[in-house]
Amino acid sequence: MDFNFSEEQSMLRDTVASFLQDKYDFDKRQKLIKSESGWSPAIWEAFANELGILGAPFSEELGGLGGGAIENMIVMEEFGKALVVEPYLGTVVIGGGFLKHSGYAGAAELIGGIIEGKVTIAFGYAEPQARYNWADVKTTAKKEGDAFVLNGHKAVVIGAPWASHLIVTARTSGGQRDEDGISVFIVEKGAKGIVTRDYPTVDGQRASEVYLENVTVPASALIGEEGKGLPLVNKVLDEAAAAACAEAVGAMRKMHEQTLDYARQRKQFGTAIANFQVLQHRMVDMFMNVEQSVSMTYMATLKLDESDAERAKAVSAAKVQIGKACKFVGQNAIQIHGGMGMTEELAVGHYFKRATMIEGLYGSVDHHLRRYETLSFGKAA
Amino acid sequence: MNLDFSPEDIAFRDEVRAFIAENYPAQLRDKGSDREDLSKDDFLSWHKVLAKKGWVAPSWPKEWGGCGWTSTQKYLFGEEMARADAIPILPFGVAMVAPVIYTFGTQEQKDRYLPKIYNGEEWWCQGYSEPGAGSDLASLKTKAERITGDDGKEYYIVNGQKTWTTLAQHADWGFFLVRTNPEAKIQEGISFLLIDMKTPGITVRPIITIDGGHEVNEVWLENVKVPVENRVFEENKGWTCAKFLLAHERSGIAGVARSKRGVERVREMASVEFGDDGDNLLKDADFKRKVAELEIDLTALEYTELRVLASESAGKGPGPESSLLKIKGTEIQQRLTELALEAAGHYASPYFRGFPGDGDNAHPIGPDSAHRTAPNYFNTRKTSIYGGSNEIQRNIIAKMVLGL
Repeated sequence: MDFNFSEEQSMLRDTVASFLQDKYDFDKRQKLIKSESGWSPAIWEAFANELGILGAPFSEELGGLGGGAIENMIVMEEFGKALVVEPYLGTVVIGGGFLKHSGYAGAAELIGGIIEGKVTIAFGYAEPQARYNWADVKTTAKKEGDAFVLNGHKAVVIGAPWASHLIVTARTSGGQRDEDGISVFIVEKGAKGIVTRDYPTVDGQRASEVYLENVTVPASALIGEEGKGLPLVNKVLDEAAAAACAEAVGAMRKMHEQTLDYARQRKQFGTAIANFQVLQHRMVDMFMNVEQSVSMTYMATLKLDESDAERAKAVSAAKVQIGKACKFVGQNAIQIHGGMGMTEELAVGHYFKRATMIEGLYGSVDHHLRRYETLSFGKAA
Repeated sequence: MNLDFSPEDIAFRDEVRAFIAENYPAQLRDKGSDREDLSKDDFLSWHKVLAKKGWVAPSWPKEWGGCGWTSTQKYLFGEEMARADAIPILPFGVAMVAPVIYTFGTQEQKDRYLPKIYNGEEWWCQGYSEPGAGSDLASLKTKAERITGDDGKEYYIVNGQKTWTTLAQHADWGFFLVRTNPEAKIQEGISFLLIDMKTPGITVRPIITIDGGHEVNEVWLENVKVPVENRVFEENKGWTCAKFLLAHERSGIAGVARSKRGVERVREMASVEFGDDGDNLLKDADFKRKVAELEIDLTALEYTELRVLASESAGKGPGPESSLLKIKGTEIQQRLTELALEAAGHYASPYFRGFPGDGDNAHPIGPDSAHRTAPNYFNTRKTSIYGGSNEIQRNIIAKMVLGL
């Protein structure tokens, strides 16, 4: 048993942390998310070239740092602390995950592009009617000769406005919620027939509704085996969920820290509010929530390469813990800050918003509880 | 014991229901549940309809336009307003400053202010909170020094800063607590002033909240000259007015009727949103359980409020039990917005306020019912903070009810 980070991993954390402290403080981040494009290509390029972190989970042969899920966890936790909006999760974790696990022919080239900061990826998996059921796919991919023709609507595709490529799920056979018949495609975002409606999200990111209107892609756009995409989607989204847990841990650590600082300096009735026992206990409960979330994030991250069922169970357990903790820590951070916590000018509200969105990201608490129950007790009769 | 309303009460309820159905301005339909997006005209148009009917200030003394309704009738009126999603009448004029004026004010003050509050001609805001004070209201620092002006009349010169001043951006007048005797014990040197918001030296600055809305403000007062006749009640006795007003503020804070309507809205929403199995969310056992638990908690609160109401009707004033109504009422309001956020799923995420190129009126992404769920959730966090935080309310119960 060893929960220590290697020297390289500690160095990765320190490098990312000090870069963000310097280049991504709260005021800079606020300006960035309110700018026209909503992100910083210059920061992205620095991630690629100055820090090399876009290669963190990729092998050295591909030009990466030779890490894996733990490196993603480290980067995402630091990103959570700084509320980074740039699309590491979509591009490196999800995009990179699909390319690594699928045996995709063009993987090496695209991963090279990711590492250099030239390829950015957004993943369209949800549809308006689908909620958290990744098998509920109405988007179709019809085979025409050597090509596929894609039609459908992908909902709330996070990071799509900044993406060079989209990965989407589409049905090559079967009925709307069948587990078989789902295929995964990678498409250049500029491809003919892709129409997007871009918009900001409550937590300062950007997303799009993506409409596929007779988008014709070559057979080489197919990632993995035709019709057998769902297990791959589940694996990659579990990795994404684990990474999002790490991001939430970063955001929660900051909320807890800021709440402690605030309670120590804020005076009411002639004394610092940190002296009130009811608030002390609340801050203790926040602390316990954060620590339990750290533990679950480690556990889930370390089990990502286990069997499908083991992995899914671990990730769902972590997602339940983190979802509840995001709510508890976030709500109490605002409450203890009082009116100031309600204002746009303090960072704490922005951490709360991001944490709230992570609660529902890749499945809500209820969704993951149900998945855990099914995996542990079998399907209900 | 008996749970039924009397036939007179039921007739009254029907009359109110019919009046609202016939007279609620058509352009305001569907707006009542999203208070943050309402304009000044929105608020005032319904206010004016009720004023014309004579129903805008049911609690006032009859000579100023009060209705002489029983507590039960006032309760039923509130229920019907909520049931119709009608825009609530803003409390600052009608429910807060007016009772102070008709209880503690001079005849001149009553004649000058009450009719304009009643008719909606003058919009009021509340200058109570200060930075660093919060629930410790009496620690306020804004000071008022008495001088004789060049015209031989007496004035207060007011300096200080107020905060969380709701809708001050629209206000014609504000009622302010100021410190007139810095030497006295903290609650004894305070006076209650009515200040014309157009007086030179007043600056209103928006505070944008985490939902992106502009509902509250900072109000800066720099050498603001206020005639002494604008003081209500005696100098240094303003805390009496403040305490009286806070008791008024707390009644009705449970928001039972609005929450009942909120539960209906969540049910309506869940009946069109999909669950994971493609069926609607209202068939989802986990979601259903949460709605059911909320409904039961709300019923408990409703019957607690009715018990308080019955004891008020029997002549007992609202006591510290109003703290219970505040705590449970606001917790339920918060849970309602949590459920709506959950119901919205992915479509809780799109957001349009305060970003370049996107006006407030941009067409929403996803189902209409999902559109405001996240901002509403964030905004509603305030309810356990304002009006004396829920921690303070629990302290009140511990001390006043349990004698701890």
